[in-house]
Amino acid sequence: MSGHSSYVPKTGIERWLDARLPIVRLAHDSAVSYPVPRNLNYLWTFGGILVFMLVAQIVTGIILVMHYTPHATMAFNSVEHIMRDVNYGWLLRYLHANGASMFFIAVYVHIFRGIYYGSYKAPREVLWILGVVIFLLMMATAFMGYVLPWGQMSFWGATVITNLFSALPVIGETIVTYLWGGYSVDNPTLNRFFSLHYLLPFMIFGVVVLHVWALHHVGQNNPTGVEVKNVEKDTVPFTPYATIKDLFGMVVFMIVFGWFVFYQPNFMGHADNYIPANPAATPAHIVPEWYFLPFYAILRAIPDKLGGVLAMGSAIVVLAFLPWIDTSKVRSMNYRPIARQLFWAWLVVCIGLGYLGAMPAEGGYVVASQIFTVLYFGFFVALFVVGLFERPKALPTSIADSVLASAKGGSAARLATATAAEPNVKG
Amino acid sequence: MAHATDTSTGTTRRDFMLLATGAAGAVAAGSIVVPLISQLAPDAQTVAAGAPIDVDLAPVAEGQAIKLFWRGKLIFVRHRTKKEIDEAKAVDIATLRDPQTDEQRTKAGHEQYLIVYGNCTHLGCVPLGNAPGDPKGDYDGWFCPCHGSHYDSSGRIRKGPAPLNLPVPPYAFTADTKIKIG
Repeated sequence: MSGHSSYVPKTGIERWLDARLPIVRLAHDSAVSYPVPRNLNYLWTFGGILVFMLVAQIVTGIILVMHYTPHATMAFNSVEHIMRDVNYGWLLRYLHANGASMFFIAVYVHIFRGIYYGSYKAPREVLWILGVVIFLLMMATAFMGYVLPWGQMSFWGATVITNLFSALPVIGETIVTYLWGGYSVDNPTLNRFFSLHYLLPFMIFGVVVLHVWALHHVGQNNPTGVEVKNVEKDTVPFTPYATIKDLFGMVVFMIVFGWFVFYQPNFMGHADNYIPANPAATPAHIVPEWYFLPFYAILRAIPDKLGGVLAMGSAIVVLAFLPWIDTSKVRSMNYRPIARQLFWAWLVVCIGLGYLGAMPAEGGYVVASQIFTVLYFGFFVALFVVGLFERPKALPTSIADSVLASAKGGSAARLATATAAEPNVKG
Repeated sequence: MAHATDTSTGTTRRDFMLLATGAAGAVAAGSIVVPLISQLAPDAQTVAAGAPIDVDLAPVAEGQAIKLFWRGKLIFVRHRTKKEIDEAKAVDIATLRDPQTDEQRTKAGHEQYLIVYGNCTHLGCVPLGNAPGDPKGDYDGWFCPCHGSHYDSSGRIRKGPAPLNLPVPPYAFTADTKIKIG
């Protein structure tokens, strides 16, 4: 979407550096003059919020490591040491623990926004798949981080999740032994999880760079799903417009984050994790952190070990195939009367699965989980079928037209048909 | 420069060098992967901690069960009641998910003692049923609270997502009420 660089070095030093390492030019082109669609709503601020959360997690995490001891006999007490003895240790730990939850809140909003507005469609498939990769890395990081305090939920969460691999035929048991470094979850497991928990955020950072690169190459989607046709009319420069909007979104998000940290720091955790790990007793009701609950419900819905593991894995991997599952050429569900209803129904199904994942695995909850699992995957089948016959509403001819139309009360001429949404790769 | 070119097949010395270098590189990369993966396996100390242990069963009263660890894994030792033994023997093994007779899971002459690993074969939680007042599931054995698997009084899977019976660790009776595990 970006045309020629508009960066003009003003001083001699800037010209000298620009000729040797055009880093200021890169920053200027990606965050100042970069054109963004003028109709972006606040859902588009979650990308910036996610970058903020990643940096916040890395900063608080690196500091926590300075006071934490990765050993089965000392980890639990070292976390309590952080909470009681280290200056502001309570704050740093609560920021990190709640930060993980806030990170997932933001990423789920970001994913649902992408699905609603069809941000995965051509030419943004690679951008979307990189996002799914980041999501998977986030899940691995969050899981291993939750193991580190070595409480009861840490230990049994680690046991249950690593045992998922034992469902694989033939090699399953060997893989689990190699994950544990022993015959059960123990000190070697804690040590390697600590090592990987430190590594993965930097891998996420690397994939985020690719994600942003892909984004800036193809340009942002927007609520109409219509490509930018005229940079002059359809876009505004990133700075100050998107910069200020992102910043405002971030501040509002930080207020919510701060409320959790200062007033409900354990709301999203489990009391059982304040009991040191005990390999001889499983907590009566073992559940993962809230952000894994929908997938956990799918795992438990299938009355077969391998089947459950495969269903859970597919529930995540299926997202990567969305660009080819969705057969409609129209991006934004604002213009897709049937798909839009499917989307909202699916959102309810996802939240329902989250609720069921938190409930005990018995009786009606199991049956409900099975129904909701079918509905979860049914959405993707429906999306494929509906795209073949759905008659979309008339699309605006351009982003500028849609903005002007809504300014005039939505009466402006909408001449374009569905075909106007054909991928029109950057100008 | 005169290249030794085999014009009939188009292969050159350079092609040969490329293949040979590639092959050597692949072998080198493969050989460094071995230690990188192998270090993940249980280390010598962990393996050494798996030496056999002696357990005296005399203090375990009828109807009681104890937990112990061997190789870091939890083991249940259960002194079964007459009713539990009879129930375990009465089952038609053709109806079982993982068919095993009670005789295959205990030692002849010591049927009252059931010794099994104490982690659910589904995802590794510890099933309840050892302490008095614990739920024992629908078959007088164990009930796993995580995902709802029921084991019978022989430790066999009867209901729920677990695929296999609770495995029997290697052990032998060294005296009437003494066993060696491992």
